[in-house]
Amino acid sequence: MQLTADHVRHIAKLARLTLTEEEIIRFTKDLGGIFTLIERLSEVDTSSVAATAQVTGLVNVSRADEIRNGGASPDALLATSPLPIREHQIETPSAHGSH
Amino acid sequence: MGATDPTLSGLTIAEASRRLREGSMKAVDLTQSCINRIEAVDAQLNAVICKTFDRALDQAKKIDASPATTRAPLAGIPYLTKDIFCEEGVPSTAASNVLRGGLHGKDYIPPFDSTTTRKLKEAGAISLGHSNTDEFVMGSSTESSCYGTSKNPWDTTRVPGGSSGGSAAAVAADESIFATGTDTGGSIRQPAALTGTTGLKVTYGRVSRYGVIAMTSSLDTIGPICKTAEDCAIVLEAIAGRDPLDATTPDVAVPSYSGLLEGSMKGMKIGLPREYMADGLHPEVEAAVKAAVKAYEDMGATIVDVSLPHTKYGVATYYVLCPCEVSSNLARFDGVRYGSTSSPHVSQEQSLVEYYERVRSGGFGAEVKRRIMIGTHALSAGYYEAYYRQAQKIRTLVLKDFTEAFQKVDLLLTPTTPNPAFTIGSKTSDPVTMYMEDVCTIPASLAGVPALSLPCGFSKDGLPIGLQIIGPAFEEAKVLMAGHQYQKITDWHTKKPTL
Repeated sequence: MQLTADHVRHIAKLARLTLTEEEIIRFTKDLGGIFTLIERLSEVDTSSVAATAQVTGLVNVSRADEIRNGGASPDALLATSPLPIREHQIETPSAHGSH
Repeated sequence: MGATDPTLSGLTIAEASRRLREGSMKAVDLTQSCINRIEAVDAQLNAVICKTFDRALDQAKKIDASPATTRAPLAGIPYLTKDIFCEEGVPSTAASNVLRGGLHGKDYIPPFDSTTTRKLKEAGAISLGHSNTDEFVMGSSTESSCYGTSKNPWDTTRVPGGSSGGSAAAVAADESIFATGTDTGGSIRQPAALTGTTGLKVTYGRVSRYGVIAMTSSLDTIGPICKTAEDCAIVLEAIAGRDPLDATTPDVAVPSYSGLLEGSMKGMKIGLPREYMADGLHPEVEAAVKAAVKAYEDMGATIVDVSLPHTKYGVATYYVLCPCEVSSNLARFDGVRYGSTSSPHVSQEQSLVEYYERVRSGGFGAEVKRRIMIGTHALSAGYYEAYYRQAQKIRTLVLKDFTEAFQKVDLLLTPTTPNPAFTIGSKTSDPVTMYMEDVCTIPASLAGVPALSLPCGFSKDGLPIGLQIIGPAFEEAKVLMAGHQYQKITDWHTKKPTL
């Protein structure tokens, strides 16, 4: 398929990226080339082939339902946030738009 | 006490460990020798992006105070950590501005160790700091790093490969005794080939990935970059095995890899996949690999022609699976739970979505944005079956190629890369040309099998050439043995660049 600048704008929005006009021009060209490369996969008949998601042979790895202490305390993990911490929680901007 | 012996940083793990255990060398002197070497040559290489020298010297002193004879093989051995591993108390940034504080803020500093970092620490290995990588390990040259590109010690106008290019350049230049790396589509093997070092990509699941920032979860692996196959065996022994913190590590016994290096090539069958010796292979790479094949024949191995017919779809399959998983894995870098403290400050009129967009757009570089967008598009409604599902099915066919080949042969020999190291900047304008760098390494990644890259010659311009030895799943011992036997009769791995 031929990707247009509007496609790229739409994809960027889905990916939570804001692109400059220069980036849109560049990525439209780049993504076009990459999709041309990967579209050759359609020439392979896979109608009778199962998909491979991973190769460990492991299925349903589980463990005893016990609380374990991880390597770091909750407060140490919170401390890596660049946002303000209040009452052991991260304070983010409003999810419902501007104030 | 006299000045530190400058040749110490050039030792292998095996030799340094022997000297430390017999008491003829101190860990402090070995560590100081690496530090001095970094201070002397890294301005030319940009391989080391975070230095924790004081901490390293403190640790070395503790090792020296312990009884020499009871030490583990890695006790007192200095190494560099690829900047994708979380190391407690040390900036760990994936070479990305999303996690790097830069001039005005603070880097992301994890409050925990990756399992590999923890195991190496427990074995007494000494981390000197972090080595450069492509941003979020996306690249084959380190040119996408937010710290700037690393240089190849054999020719500083050329790339050291990537993404583990900082690790490979540092080991090649004797800045450290070994380094950790990650390999998703070739990120250990390709830089090892381009720098004349020896790098091991392990079986998928052989080494825990806990605490290593994820790129492509269905393919990512952890492994060492060293000066010899023997050293790779020593490191692998320390870091392999099941980990309750990583559910993708099967409970397969960890053999004494370093104790299994003295096998014989007699009676072994080695396959030469004809698809790898095809058009586009540099004539000097072809000649060096053919000479290595001859060396194996002389050691008693039988060489067999084999075919891996789906090789030509490897790169395209990878560039669906990888970006799709990237778009999902990198969604967590939204400036909420972690991020540099220079992430844009929240203003009153900003919504959460605007905040995400500002953090991500300002923090991610071009290659990361490209892959996030390819993946976002390929996974979106109406495209999933045609791209991701189809790529997963072709992955099955690639895996079947290897399974069938390993019914006929013990190991496969191929070039690691089609060309020696390329010039900095020569592939950055066209991402597809850069992606083709991994044409020889991607298929083994898709199949999840182990592969070693080791030096097998030099081009007439003095650039290293890599040989790839691929083995069946969990047969690292066989791969390392074959590498070690080759290094016993050749001296390519002992050559050093002039800096």
